[in-house]
Amino acid sequence: MLRGFGWRHAGRRNWAVRGVDLHIRSGERVLLLGPSGSGKSTLLAALAGLLPEDSGESEGTVTVGGRPGILFQDPQTQLVMARSGDDVAFGLENTGVRAADIWPRVSDALDRVGFAYPITRQTHALSGGEQQRLALAGILALRPGLLLLDEPTANLDPPGAELVREAIAKALDPDTTLIIVEHRVAEALPLVDRAVVLEPGGGVIADGAPEVIFAGHGPALAEQGVWVPGYPLPRFQAVSTPADHLVRAKHVTVRDRLPPISLAVSSGEVLAVTGPNGAGKSTMALVMGGLLAPASGRVTAFDDPKPPHRWRARLLAERIGSVFQSPEHQFVTSRVHDELALGPRRQGRSPAEVTRIADDLLSRLRLTSLAGANPHTLSGGEARRLSVATALATAPRLLVLDEPTFGQDRSTWIELVTLLATLRDEGHGILAVTHDDAFVTSLADRVHDLTPAEPLPRRNTSRFGPST
Amino acid sequence: MSTGVLARRNPVAKLGAALLFSLPLVATLDPVTPALALLIELLALPFFGLRYAVVARRAWPLALAAAGILVTMTLFAADRSGSVLASPGPFVITTGVLRDALGLVLRVFAVALPGIIVFATTDPTDLADALVQNAKAPARFAIGALAAFRMIPLLTSEWQMLSLARRARGIDAGRNPLAKLHLFGSTAFALLVGALRRGGRLATAMDARGFDSGLPRTFARIQKFSPADVALLVVTALASGAALTISILTGFFNPIIG
Repeated sequence: MLRGFGWRHAGRRNWAVRGVDLHIRSGERVLLLGPSGSGKSTLLAALAGLLPEDSGESEGTVTVGGRPGILFQDPQTQLVMARSGDDVAFGLENTGVRAADIWPRVSDALDRVGFAYPITRQTHALSGGEQQRLALAGILALRPGLLLLDEPTANLDPPGAELVREAIAKALDPDTTLIIVEHRVAEALPLVDRAVVLEPGGGVIADGAPEVIFAGHGPALAEQGVWVPGYPLPRFQAVSTPADHLVRAKHVTVRDRLPPISLAVSSGEVLAVTGPNGAGKSTMALVMGGLLAPASGRVTAFDDPKPPHRWRARLLAERIGSVFQSPEHQFVTSRVHDELALGPRRQGRSPAEVTRIADDLLSRLRLTSLAGANPHTLSGGEARRLSVATALATAPRLLVLDEPTFGQDRSTWIELVTLLATLRDEGHGILAVTHDDAFVTSLADRVHDLTPAEPLPRRNTSRFGPST
Repeated sequence: MSTGVLARRNPVAKLGAALLFSLPLVATLDPVTPALALLIELLALPFFGLRYAVVARRAWPLALAAAGILVTMTLFAADRSGSVLASPGPFVITTGVLRDALGLVLRVFAVALPGIIVFATTDPTDLADALVQNAKAPARFAIGALAAFRMIPLLTSEWQMLSLARRARGIDAGRNPLAKLHLFGSTAFALLVGALRRGGRLATAMDARGFDSGLPRTFARIQKFSPADVALLVVTALASGAALTISILTGFFNPIIG
């Protein structure tokens, strides 16, 4: 199917993907692996026929037998119509399917993905996992011979991801070819019977049954950031006992978003806040970060008589660093270096100090080579490291992080967890909202579970350490 | 959606009727034509299955505009003909001034109300379907606009997150109006950048499902343009003509040109 294929995006010096020779038979299930930047997504786009000739330069040939269909990461930018059934029908209308055949095919596709609602259900009222299921139905309705999945669960919480994996497993015809790109290998393995490893600019370096690939290339792949199953993650225990409280919330609520909650974070500890979507985790992070006023209850921090949400922004940034779920929200300049210099400069530090702080952070987070780049052009892992670095630039003692490890490859994950462990041992307090179990096991000193236990009274803080 | 007899008419017919009805109103400055038009519109409301309270709620920005017009006109209009009613301070309020102001206020309501009725009784998806099927609008435009329209609610939460993230980064404007303006501008720019990126991803996903593939499209939801829709257009044209005729016959007609 692919013969010496290569693609270079317009205006780039390096080839996004080059020298790929790959033959995939009809009905095969292939997992595409490789470090970030090895051109996996570009390859899928080429197979889906989504690389317009004028957007770059190509070499070699791509031949696809059968109609391709592609599912991307973000459900929000894949749904077109307001009603669920109309959305599945969208592709059928586009490809000129007879009107009489459209609705039977729509309900067939919805059945295959296990969509539980009537076709008039509004798409915006669905959860992320349900939306992604619907998007899959929209693709299956077109009866693709080749199904391409580009990290289909990376934007979803664990229950949502499970929904989508179930739907994929159930919906596949025996003669549908599947190619999937996925960092979380363990979760994709039940779906595939072949693994192909790409190298940046180097084409295919390994190809075969997944077990054979992992036996031969496991350590190298893990090193490159692939979540190879069976490779242990580091664990970090606090070196000192938590000292004074940095922030304390008492019976804090936000209307419709957060039921009453009380918790405190001390210096030198990592508190993980867990719970299902909709339990108010992110809202709680905003309240603790001094960004949102609680409707009732009280937040006190840094022995200030004023609650954090009443502080001026400059003071807030000096005391509490917030890291948002999507890094792009936090970027306010057009250069990586400026992004890190902004905080210290607003604190009134001298130009020499500002440069020193920015340079330190750049090298600490391995971003030095990107100092002149636009923050919006960074890869997912780089953008995440930069967003943490921007929060650290003003040297706050409390860090509030919303899903810091979300969608990260193994290398970035280990870097982040190591960095946070170091910060904890330097005396920072860290509050992390997360649904990443590995993160909790590796790093958290305490866990606060926000899972509603109605009608029983809410279970409060439970304590555990990695050693017990 | 609404259940009135007229609400169920073809969206393109409703849109056409609204235009047919509003356009003649723009041609005259007198208060009688818009008053008659407004009366007809209010009488038609129940046939669209709309309750007066619902329409009043949707039309409140108009009331604001009307109040503005009334105040400005009464105080500053150049034409001070007619008998003097009151003269508070330097202002002279005459019957002529009040008549002109009233005419304008009525016009604002009479012209805007048909549009409000159409959009209150029409599902955006149906409108896009009818535009493509009955008005032969390009699908690329109508369905593309519909998809973009669906993303608008996302912008509100996006704006909130961007503002909070700026505060977290230590950026706020305090009480300085210039800094406020600058902060607003930079947040708006970030919102635009984000919207473009999201729009690009949506366009790719739409292309992947064969949108704009050059194949002839079929329609999952059929919009019919029936004799009843033609009747709606004809009756609307007659009603609007009647309002104009009455205004001319009673001598109030005051064309905007001439």
